[in-house]
Amino acid sequence: MAETSSEKTREPFVRVAKRTGIHWYQSWGIRIVAVFLALIVNALFIHGVTGLNPVEVYRIMWTGTFESKYNFLTTLRDMSILYCVALALAPAFRMRFWNIGGEGQVLMGALASALLMIYADQLPNGLLLPLMILCSAVFGAVWAFIPAWFKAKWNTNETLFTLMMNYVAINIVNALTNIWRGAKSSLGTLNTQTKAGWWPKFLGYRFMPFILIVTALAIFIKIYVHRSKHGYELSVLGDSPNTARYAGINVKKVILRTMILSGALCGLAGFGIVSGVDMTISSGTARGYGFTAIIVAWLAHLEPEYMALISFLLIFLDKGAAQITSAYSVLNDYASQVITAIILFFILGSEFFVNYRLVFRSRHPGTHAPAPAAASAGVQMTDADGKEGTKES
Amino acid sequence: MKKQFLSLGVAAAVSASLLAGCGSSASNTAASTAGSAASEAASTASTETAAAASTSAAAEETASAEAVDPSSMKIGMICVGDEAVTYDKAHIDGITAAAGKVGIGTDQIVFKKNVPEDATAYDAAVELVESQGCNLVISDSYGHQNFMVQAAEEYPDVQFVSMTGDFAALSGLDNFHNAFDNIYEARYVSGVVAGMKVQQLVDDGKLTDDNYDKDGKVKIGYVGAFNYAEVVSGYTAFYLGLTSVYPDAHMYVDYTNSWFDVDAEAATAEKLIADGCVIIGQHADSTGAPSAVEQAFQDGNDHVFSVGYNISMLDVAPDVALTSASNNWEVYYEELFRSILSGQGVPNDWSKGYNDGAVGLTELGSAVADGTQDKVNEVEAAIKDGSLKVFDTSSFTVSQDNIDVTKSKSGAVVTTDDAGHVTSCKVDMSYYDYSSGTPKVVYQGDTVEAIEDGAFTESTFRSAPYFTIRIDGIDELS
Repeated sequence: MAETSSEKTREPFVRVAKRTGIHWYQSWGIRIVAVFLALIVNALFIHGVTGLNPVEVYRIMWTGTFESKYNFLTTLRDMSILYCVALALAPAFRMRFWNIGGEGQVLMGALASALLMIYADQLPNGLLLPLMILCSAVFGAVWAFIPAWFKAKWNTNETLFTLMMNYVAINIVNALTNIWRGAKSSLGTLNTQTKAGWWPKFLGYRFMPFILIVTALAIFIKIYVHRSKHGYELSVLGDSPNTARYAGINVKKVILRTMILSGALCGLAGFGIVSGVDMTISSGTARGYGFTAIIVAWLAHLEPEYMALISFLLIFLDKGAAQITSAYSVLNDYASQVITAIILFFILGSEFFVNYRLVFRSRHPGTHAPAPAAASAGVQMTDADGKEGTKES
Repeated sequence: MKKQFLSLGVAAAVSASLLAGCGSSASNTAASTAGSAASEAASTASTETAAAASTSAAAEETASAEAVDPSSMKIGMICVGDEAVTYDKAHIDGITAAAGKVGIGTDQIVFKKNVPEDATAYDAAVELVESQGCNLVISDSYGHQNFMVQAAEEYPDVQFVSMTGDFAALSGLDNFHNAFDNIYEARYVSGVVAGMKVQQLVDDGKLTDDNYDKDGKVKIGYVGAFNYAEVVSGYTAFYLGLTSVYPDAHMYVDYTNSWFDVDAEAATAEKLIADGCVIIGQHADSTGAPSAVEQAFQDGNDHVFSVGYNISMLDVAPDVALTSASNNWEVYYEELFRSILSGQGVPNDWSKGYNDGAVGLTELGSAVADGTQDKVNEVEAAIKDGSLKVFDTSSFTVSQDNIDVTKSKSGAVVTTDDAGHVTSCKVDMSYYDYSSGTPKVVYQGDTVEAIEDGAFTESTFRSAPYFTIRIDGIDELS
């Protein structure tokens, strides 16, 4: 305040600067500290509100996934569904097409499977199941194609369009389940006697094949995005549509093709739920994963291997919350949601500190030179090598 | 064992990028499973043989009468809510007390609370069997039934009981059972308490024009959960109890479409009060409705009162709670355990009422009319000795409109005499799948004649209620 010579030389107390190079151990260190801080804040919340021992609550949370083999497998199962949706969204996000319609695309896929289970239940499972897979993918793809076509043709706002398509899908499913349930209070499990359209058990469980399918899909998406011409076109389009046009990329075609892929994978997730987990359909069948997967995709920088990690983490938190709710009546649904939300908030927040650093006002003005950015930027641009490449867009 | 390793291998493959934290989890799983087995073994101390002496009348299977050691029991209990939900609390307290009586330790019961009525219930059941080693799994809500039967098919060595369910006997599974109690008896008596109160209000001239419908009948409100037979049977019994004392009453039933929703129940009660109802009955599991009635009373409405469910509502509604119809599940659970321990297996379609103490009323509030206790004693005695039948056909009429509504909502075929009294009610016990347009039978049952000796015989052909007749004097608002 004393040196009022010129405003522009005055440095603020703290400013935010983009990190230009960060080692993997630094970024992971930041994340681990964030989780640790989240646990401390949660401990204060748990103890302050309920008087329970937070360590015991954390132990119960842990058991949601790790108490038994079955808990672990159901965690993997739910994770694979969420992961499937995230894998579906990633290519669209890569070309900066905001597909917020995962929920509706999953539901339409689920609807296709349910329709076949209800009206084609006389077919043998060997024929019915492939048909369900195909139709689910097609339904999901159609649901994604509609907003994509409008975007390609008239440049409509895809965020709003895909979002609206969710509500249309939810209401179609609601209307149909209302008809199907007849005089009963709810639709109930489909084909309980004939088991038509139920996945056969594999390795002891009905959901095992889907976990394998999603694993294969993850590898496919990884290769598709990073090693194929299609994937390259996506990245160019995402960076700059004009560049893409200049380079002779057919932008409309890329948008339509990618959204068909995105919708088809969402539809597959819907099939997985109806055929391997719920064996019925309701407007809640998509479990909100269409939205959660957006968080998964972005937290993982759209990289399939990190998406696996993030979807596991989210399902782990979810299972932990359910376990807490079951164990303590004082920690009800709302309280356990607060606990998971705090953890999520810190993890999301940690990404800020991975990408940016805080520069405090130095005592001796002028000595703190900003790091030269140009030198390392070129290296950081490549995403495939697994470095913490903060995308320069 | 090989299977297990394989599946863990799959797990590892999916989470290929997961770091050490997850990798170590697989071995952790094995360790904790072993741990729970150890804790199970620890509780073999109390081996009372009292159970062996019991000669349970309810058991229907007499194939193997070898006594079962209480310490070998491991029970899983799936609850739709938790202790905060009055219905679930009654189950949790009941099973805990019954287990104590027969020498089953509290550590032999594993609770899964807040389990929704969807595929989560199947996960919970499988988890209880596979990981906790339960040999008896009980679920407490109707909507769990579909998922319980799925688990029962896959684990034939484990016994499953779906409380309040309706198709176990038809499913053809030896290890899948239903049970309920005759709560309609208690609802009838709670209706009598309400009727006494209405009579008093009318005598004292407290009611205003708002409280009467266009035919001069006093308006009664009822907060229902779902449009299920269980609820229809319950509110009809309540209405019949009320009209046995004060015949000129018209009841309005509004549904919340949830078993437990404090806000929705309170809002529904407020709406019924605003419409002029003087009694608010309920078949929903929270204290929302009585609290709303108490609030109305505090706000100056001195002629609206509440009849609750499950627990006494005097804590939340001290000025307006008359009484509550309540289930005493301990009676069932004790009989269930004694039957299993004596080697006679799980009773099929257990359903008992006042005679065995399985249902009853909670304490009467200070607001009840004079002489209510004497009247209650008289009615209870009449129900116990069989001289009073709750669904006596001479006590209600069914119009042609209501016959049609009944047919369309439940499929039951009702015929009446010229005066509108029911002479026949054919109830199809089959469980249907309606999804493809033409009803497909999932579980074939008989079509039974439910009217016997001038009364509808409830909960005898199966434990779950099947009274679905929409009678005159009651309107469903939604």
